Amino acid sequence: MEASQVAFLSAIGNHFLVGISRAMILFVVSAGLSFILGVLRVPNLAHGSLYMIGAFVAHGLTTFFGGGSIGFWFALLLSPLVVALISLVAERALFCHLYEREHLMLLLFTFALMLILGDLVKIFWGADYRSVTAPKLLQGSVTVFSSPIPKYNLFLLGMGPIIAVALYLFSNKTRIGKIARAAAADREMVSAIGINVSWVFAFAFILGCSLAGLGGALVSPTVSVTLGMDHDIIIETFLIVTIGGLGNMWGAMVGSLIFGLTQSFGVLFLPQFAIVFPYIAVVIVLIWKPRGMLKSVW
Amino acid sequence: MRAIDFQKGRTPIFNSILLAFLILAPAVLPAFYIYIFSVIFVTAILAMSLNLVVGHGGLYQFHHGVFYGIGAYTLALILTKTDLPPWVGFIAGPVCAALAGWLIGLFCVRLSRLYFGMLQISLGSLIWAVTFRWYALTGGDDGIHGIELPGILSGITRSYYVILIVLSVCLIALYRIYKSPFGITLRAIRDNPERCAAVGINVRRHQLLAIVIATFFAGVAGVFFVVVERSVFPDLMFWVLSLEIMIMCLLGGWFTFSGPILGAAIMVSLRTFAGVYTEYWTLILGVILILLIFFLPEGVMGFIALKLKRRELLLEAKKDI
Repeated sequence: MEASQVAFLSAIGNHFLVGISRAMILFVVSAGLSFILGVLRVPNLAHGSLYMIGAFVAHGLTTFFGGGSIGFWFALLLSPLVVALISLVAERALFCHLYEREHLMLLLFTFALMLILGDLVKIFWGADYRSVTAPKLLQGSVTVFSSPIPKYNLFLLGMGPIIAVALYLFSNKTRIGKIARAAAADREMVSAIGINVSWVFAFAFILGCSLAGLGGALVSPTVSVTLGMDHDIIIETFLIVTIGGLGNMWGAMVGSLIFGLTQSFGVLFLPQFAIVFPYIAVVIVLIWKPRGMLKSVW
Repeated sequence: MRAIDFQKGRTPIFNSILLAFLILAPAVLPAFYIYIFSVIFVTAILAMSLNLVVGHGGLYQFHHGVFYGIGAYTLALILTKTDLPPWVGFIAGPVCAALAGWLIGLFCVRLSRLYFGMLQISLGSLIWAVTFRWYALTGGDDGIHGIELPGILSGITRSYYVILIVLSVCLIALYRIYKSPFGITLRAIRDNPERCAAVGINVRRHQLLAIVIATFFAGVAGVFFVVVERSVFPDLMFWVLSLEIMIMCLLGGWFTFSGPILGAAIMVSLRTFAGVYTEYWTLILGVILILLIFFLPEGVMGFIALKLKRRELLLEAKKDI
């Protein structure tokens, strides 16, 4: 094989891995969104803001612990909890009174929440660009397909499937997960057999939101943490959830892979229009399968 | 109950006073306020056009801003990149927006509710992304600035009057559409699509026509956005703007005729005057929106209509006694 061909193949391999590792972040965030859509039937626009807050909290915690490795692991653990706390307050104070309203109202409500959270982030953290350093263990890169890949991306490649399996086990093998799925299918029946659906909803909302926080913490070493992260991610995750099938976790995985890979190969072939490719993929999928790739729970 | 008949009672008097004030405004008010009024007029056309599909059509038109942007960009490109006479641009803007609306609508009306909205967001975002990146044609994220306008629109007072006339024409046209058999059918479809389909109404064709009409008016708004601001930028097509238009409709009242105008006026003035005092204007908007959803889901005009109706019923009841 000629040298140019080798270089081309290794570039493809490289972009493939980068695309998949990006897809894993998208998966963590969109799985949370999908879970909320499935159980609560709420298109939660504030999800992106919670992702942004997760990233900011991760930055705050790593600097609090002196920027070392321990700080990052703590951040990975605590960011979802902080975000869960915020979403708990939002759910119990405001959201839980609105479930009976139509989707349009709920969408506008979550948009309001997004505007408020976005400005609160601006007040607390300011509009600076921040960066988070990955822990020592995950710094540097290894050579795969004869081109260097950051170790952190490989870590993301591992985290995605772990979280997917954990979510699958949670929603299929635990009691509360089964109740949540039942409530998604028929909330009246679930409440009729004596389960407090309101708290099931609260729990599902918090779980979904904390996944957004986890996604924010996971993404923080790879991007600069700043305002506007919410606008970028929310539309991407919404489209991922739609092409995957609303409320279907494996659909979120498929959608994320489509989105991540088209984006990363777009960078390889036509860098200027790289952001266009995922949208084209989404349009093709939706025209071909209007209700998403996998079965929707709606 | 849902639609106000604005010919009744004191509204004609109120409307005449308002119109007289708006005609005289440039003589008494400083130029800044005339500019703000022009922005309000343009935004009002946009909000009214959205209300046709969302309020009266019951469709989840999540990405209306794209058509606004297409109208604006079409005019801007014709004025800056071609030698065509300007009036071609003023016609091509709305027509291109309506064509895009027809094309996107063709795919969207096959789907129901939330899927309709999501497909529209993805198609709209596709157009946004292309505009955002195609530096050679659209100026990319910078947009196009300092667009030269034809003589009749130069000067803030002249363009103010032109936009006022355009707004009046749009209002009359939209009012006619609401009162026409088509408008009534559209509302019937919103309230019960299955029954409408059962009595032989072609639901999708009506919805598609509503989308085409609404996107045409959005294109009109976009064209006159260029007249007011003399620039275009990709934010016109960003989904955040589309949601802001929805807030205007919600603020004024979905099911009323003039609600979106009031909503647009409130939003534009709030943004202008709150923006002077604080950089956290979106925080204020968010809080207002939440209060609105909790306490005034009918919107301001919807609330007034409800009160008027109640008073009318009371008066009738008294007459009977």
